Amino acid sequence: MDYENILSRKVQDLQFSGIRKFFDIAASYDDVISLSVGEPDFKTPWAIRKEAIRVLEKGRTNYTANAGLANLRVAINDYINDRIHVSYDPLHEILVTVGGSEAIDLAVRALVDTGDEVLIPQPSFVCYGPIVTLANGTPVAIETSVENGFKLTAEALRAHITPKTKALVLPYPNNPTGAVMRRADLEAIAEVLRDTDIIVISDEIYSELTYGDEEHCSIVDIDGMKERTVLINGFSKAFSMTGWRLGFAAAPAPIVTQMLKIHQYGIMCSPTMSQYAAVVALKECKKDIEYMRNEYDMRRRLIVKGFNEMGLDCFEPEGAFYIFPSIKKTGLTSQEFCEQLIEKHRVAVVPGDAFGKCGEGYIRVSYAYSLQHIKTALERIRLFLEDLGVL
Amino acid sequence: MTKKEKLVNLLRQDARLSNEQLAAMLDTSADDVAAMIAELEKSGMIIGYTAIINEEEFDRNSVCAFIEVRVSPEIQCGYDDVAAVIAQYDEVSSVYLMSGGYDLAVTIKGTNLRDVAMFVTDRLAPLGGVLSTTTHFILHRYKEKDKMFLKNTDERSLVSP
Repeated sequence: MDYENILSRKVQDLQFSGIRKFFDIAASYDDVISLSVGEPDFKTPWAIRKEAIRVLEKGRTNYTANAGLANLRVAINDYINDRIHVSYDPLHEILVTVGGSEAIDLAVRALVDTGDEVLIPQPSFVCYGPIVTLANGTPVAIETSVENGFKLTAEALRAHITPKTKALVLPYPNNPTGAVMRRADLEAIAEVLRDTDIIVISDEIYSELTYGDEEHCSIVDIDGMKERTVLINGFSKAFSMTGWRLGFAAAPAPIVTQMLKIHQYGIMCSPTMSQYAAVVALKECKKDIEYMRNEYDMRRRLIVKGFNEMGLDCFEPEGAFYIFPSIKKTGLTSQEFCEQLIEKHRVAVVPGDAFGKCGEGYIRVSYAYSLQHIKTALERIRLFLEDLGVL
Repeated sequence: MTKKEKLVNLLRQDARLSNEQLAAMLDTSADDVAAMIAELEKSGMIIGYTAIINEEEFDRNSVCAFIEVRVSPEIQCGYDDVAAVIAQYDEVSSVYLMSGGYDLAVTIKGTNLRDVAMFVTDRLAPLGGVLSTTTHFILHRYKEKDKMFLKNTDERSLVSP
């Protein structure tokens, strides 16, 4: 069969993500020390696992309501209220999804018609552009830079808005840079958007991993923004629940209603056991989150210091569990750097250009690893830099 | 958690972190770390630093045993005297006073099975105050001092989003 002629042109033209490509390279070597994962190294807190076991024992394995268990939606609203001081109507404005990723997909599909433009600050997670493309929209990258701390600025935003702009993805705390948008930064963005019909898709999956004295601030907590924002979060990073595939969206009822339609036909409902367990996560695991955040914070300081000492300038990340050091002084491209590092010293990090063209010259390094693991990897990277003659 | 508690937790995880590395993680100076460690050592909170050895790999013939010891306590000093005598032998790596069916839990290490057996029969059992001993040989180690002996417990893929 001539699959090339059968399969959708649009899908065939889509590229596999740069992260995926690099995984294939890394998998071909033995004894690799990886600093490449985008998931926590902690096990899901026991109370959450126990609840899932209990639910399985009781045989609660049916579908739930399309939008998710009612008491989970109530618990999500309480959690949002507790963390970012904004309230939603749990029954009409909250939707439980299969991870934050599904929520992003639903939001884009509910908003975008053919030719609509969606603004995507980069470097950022790899899924936004392809999701927009699949919805027949046009992804428009807004490049951010280290000079602005990889934040989205009002000027850059204004420069990219056209009559076709339908939505803005706001991916902060950011994967891969670790940048966060503080209240003042968000005020400036809100100022640009308040008089427009542009909807913000605020992907706050790393919100619990915000470091420093200032707590995470969501754009929905800025005047006039709740009505024009789809707030997205989930359980993967904060509660170390990646494999449970559970996230949520909170937005004005008209938006959630359309998202719910797509979710209903495509997914039915999120995994039932995960939903029950998530109620326990929200109600009982605040301490676990704090413990994990504190551990990440200490590793963050250690690894930033390590890279700066090796002369790879590292912007001080304030969120997520990645650092995004510049490798420009080595004279190598991101791809070359990562391929040679794994080939010669068996350390896997992800090339920065996987997260957008402006990520060239950088690498993404994850610190979701034990201290010993991080120390060993840093030693190997030091040897590599000595080989290259830049240290 | 106080800075001192954080420091102790980090040293528990990895006592070979340098003062500079500890200082970075605790957001303080290396001098401050050195002062805190000196204080912890002086006050007896930290009594030493050691490596966790995989004895099975290091010396395949070595034998470790866990011994339950029942003791008749002395009127003046309870269990402390007997425990102190047992603790001073080089073969003994730990001594704990226990609740439950016996009194002292003693772990010992020998270069071979006979060493350990002779230690129990010649040194431990005849001690004044010792009523009985029950020796359990350690067959395999899975975890010690928070560290797993199992390899590759990280099930995450090498690279992920």
